[in-house]
Amino acid sequence: MTSQLHNPPLLHVRNLQVEFATRKGPVTAVRSVNLQVAKGETLGIVGESGSGKSVTSYAVMRILDRAGRIVSGDIEFSGMKLHDAGEATMSDLRGREISMIFQNPRAALNPIRPIGKQIEDVLIRHAQTSRDHAKARAIEALERVRIRDAAKRYHAYPFELSGGMCQRVVIAIALACKPQLLIADEPTTGLDVTTQKAVMELVRDLTRSQGMATLLITHDLGLAGEYCDRIVVMEQGEVVEQQDTCGLFTAPAHEYTRRLIRSTPHAAQNIRDLLPDELRLPPPPAVEPAATDEPLLVVTDLVKAFDPPVGLLQRLKNRGRKPEQGVRAVDGISFSIARGESVGLVGESGCGKSTTSAMVMRLLDATSGSIRFKGQELTEVPAGEFARSPLRRELQMVFQDPHESLNPRSTAAQSIADPLLRLTGLRGGNVIRERVEQLAAQVGLPLDLLDRLPHQLSGGQKARVGIARAISTKPELLILDEPTAALDVSVQAVVLNLLADLKAEFGMSYLFVSHDLEVVRLLCDRVIVMRAGSVVEEGPTAQILSAPSAAYTRELLAAIPRPAHLPHHAATAKVALA
Amino acid sequence: MTDTTYTPELSAPVNRRSAWSRGFAHFRYVMTSNPVTFLAFVLLAGMIVVALFGPSLVPYDPLATLSDKALKPPSREHWFGTDQLGRDVFSRVVVATRLDLLISVSAVALSFVCGAAMGACAGYWGGWFDKLSGRFLDTIMAFPLFVLAMGIVAAAGNTIQNIVIATAIINLPFYARVARAEVSIRRNAGYVQAARLSGNSEFRILLLKILPNTLPPMMVQLSLNMGWAILNAAGLSFIGLGVRAPTAEWGIMVAEGANFIISGEWWMALFPGAALMLAVFTFNLLGDGLRDLVDPQRRT
Repeated sequence: MTSQLHNPPLLHVRNLQVEFATRKGPVTAVRSVNLQVAKGETLGIVGESGSGKSVTSYAVMRILDRAGRIVSGDIEFSGMKLHDAGEATMSDLRGREISMIFQNPRAALNPIRPIGKQIEDVLIRHAQTSRDHAKARAIEALERVRIRDAAKRYHAYPFELSGGMCQRVVIAIALACKPQLLIADEPTTGLDVTTQKAVMELVRDLTRSQGMATLLITHDLGLAGEYCDRIVVMEQGEVVEQQDTCGLFTAPAHEYTRRLIRSTPHAAQNIRDLLPDELRLPPPPAVEPAATDEPLLVVTDLVKAFDPPVGLLQRLKNRGRKPEQGVRAVDGISFSIARGESVGLVGESGCGKSTTSAMVMRLLDATSGSIRFKGQELTEVPAGEFARSPLRRELQMVFQDPHESLNPRSTAAQSIADPLLRLTGLRGGNVIRERVEQLAAQVGLPLDLLDRLPHQLSGGQKARVGIARAISTKPELLILDEPTAALDVSVQAVVLNLLADLKAEFGMSYLFVSHDLEVVRLLCDRVIVMRAGSVVEEGPTAQILSAPSAAYTRELLAAIPRPAHLPHHAATAKVALA
Repeated sequence: MTDTTYTPELSAPVNRRSAWSRGFAHFRYVMTSNPVTFLAFVLLAGMIVVALFGPSLVPYDPLATLSDKALKPPSREHWFGTDQLGRDVFSRVVVATRLDLLISVSAVALSFVCGAAMGACAGYWGGWFDKLSGRFLDTIMAFPLFVLAMGIVAAAGNTIQNIVIATAIINLPFYARVARAEVSIRRNAGYVQAARLSGNSEFRILLLKILPNTLPPMMVQLSLNMGWAILNAAGLSFIGLGVRAPTAEWGIMVAEGANFIISGEWWMALFPGAALMLAVFTFNLLGDGLRDLVDPQRRT
């Protein structure tokens, strides 16, 4: 804090207020925001969706969309007034003095231009180099972000690179002109934890070595805690708290910050710890699952291979030969789930966890292997005809994206009623409505929202509709495919508790597919770690997370961002330090 | 987005308006938010009224010839003048509305239904049907479309039914392609997977879950095509195929009137031509409004 007094701040925002013109009149997205960033400092802006954190950064860059308008306030950047600067001044500053990294790296890159050329464009635009030297400078920039074979990668198109590589290229573009301030807007959302760690460390090292200031905008308090010097917490367009990182975690001043820290699953001993006190309810009466030794689901040697597309010419050439083996997305995995048990299926993107859950759910046919559910072989019925099977109602799923999994033309009530009509044989408008209202009450969805369309509901409400739909047929096995990945932490806390309560109440078994080990720790009895289509490790949650035997599991655990000041759940923290 | 209430508010008043009143409120919102849409719907309503009641509203019989009144310019008795046989042009223009709308609406409806079904199946299941229907549509597109329509009518016979079929065939690829693209991007969407889990059969999913969601882009295509179909039907009549004299139809009237423009009798071609233009104009304006009406995201 003291260093600020000696240094004039690089960026100084005073009383910023931003409005958006909407159908229902102007809406204030950001009101009286004050913040400053000193040279070489990393400032985190943390808040949930709708808190105005991105809008603040867009206002600094002056890239608000046409409906948005800075109503009042000053933005001062190293002595220049940005809030009323002309477009010519701003486009000169953007990329040269202030750069930005966006959330979706693939969308931020031009898909039809080689990445090297895109770096050159920035350099030439800001007269940092001549055309003759541009290529060498671009390759240098790629090397700085630790892309191997930079000279070869220079010609690559964005679609040829992985998400993490694309984000490195975006960082290379952002840092090409050595700006003084880097704004990173959710730079690692949607990337795997190990990639997230690599990208964030890269940003930290580069900004440190060049003495840049960084503004990190994120919803993840853990990430901000690990990489920022100071943190600003925003809620509904206002700054509620501004402290250095240590102070924020050890002595949070504002109620909202305390709630946010509590909702973050790092420190929680059990799932109820995530909720604020007033929302903690006693657990519902638990149903003891039927006592049988037979597991509910047994998966043996399950394989899914995707054949490469073969043209007519290729097929003629290959005639008589054995067809080529395609990519094996799932490569012979075996596991079982007992009644009333919840099993976590963990792995990074592309490891085959979603393919596995789609096969168990009978949305996808397996190439080989067996899936036995309550003693019956599921693979005998093709996925296309499983809709008519009596087992359909026993196997249900909650999808990853609560918005995308609801039909945009159906109201919440219609979505919940669909499985009731098709699978339970329930008939009659009033009977159905009554059951839908009962389900809505069980998942905590206010009844007056039932007649709304999906786009009229918030993320958490949509997640509840999806859960109500999945439990409407009282399934024995529920697959949860990253059910909270698209939700804010406080909503995630509520949804996770709801899922735990429902499981206890109905004696369901869960297969919880996730990339987030912290969430799995709170919800699951057993964990299966997957990588490249195979099981790496399997065992009770406590054991896997505290004493993993596989190197890959250790790597995953170490990659979870852990702010030094946040009290950790002892077991996992120990592994991270080892 | 703050959604931290864990206990449900069970006592919240349940407000359930009927689907009709919600639909009407949405219609009113779309009409008032865009004056051009409002104008298009007023013009459309006017055209429908004229098509339904035209024959009983007009002052003269559209087919009655009065040789002493041939080729009179517009006057108080004959608003749009008279033609070479002394028939009242105004009455003929008004009466022709029904026939022209009938041809174009049925042709567009036919190609909408067939094209959407074909494109939806191709987009949903893919495979050999997709390849086969794709090449079939390419073949249609490879012809100059108006020449193709001429050929179909000339070969199949000069009847109104054949004009409708010919117009439907040349419009088919547009609907089939839009439907195929819109269905294939949705066939594995989250809500489609959820519908599979809810026990819907594949056919039911396609018909009730996916197709309704492809309506907004299809509606834009529909309204653009309507204007085009009217022009097409009138064009066929203009070159002597399709509707035959003395039936009142805009295309024939323009064709007949064209012979007299040189000698100064401009009204015979101008008024049916203006009616044709107004109809095409109306349907082209209608597109955005129709899309907004069927798009659930526009509802609040």
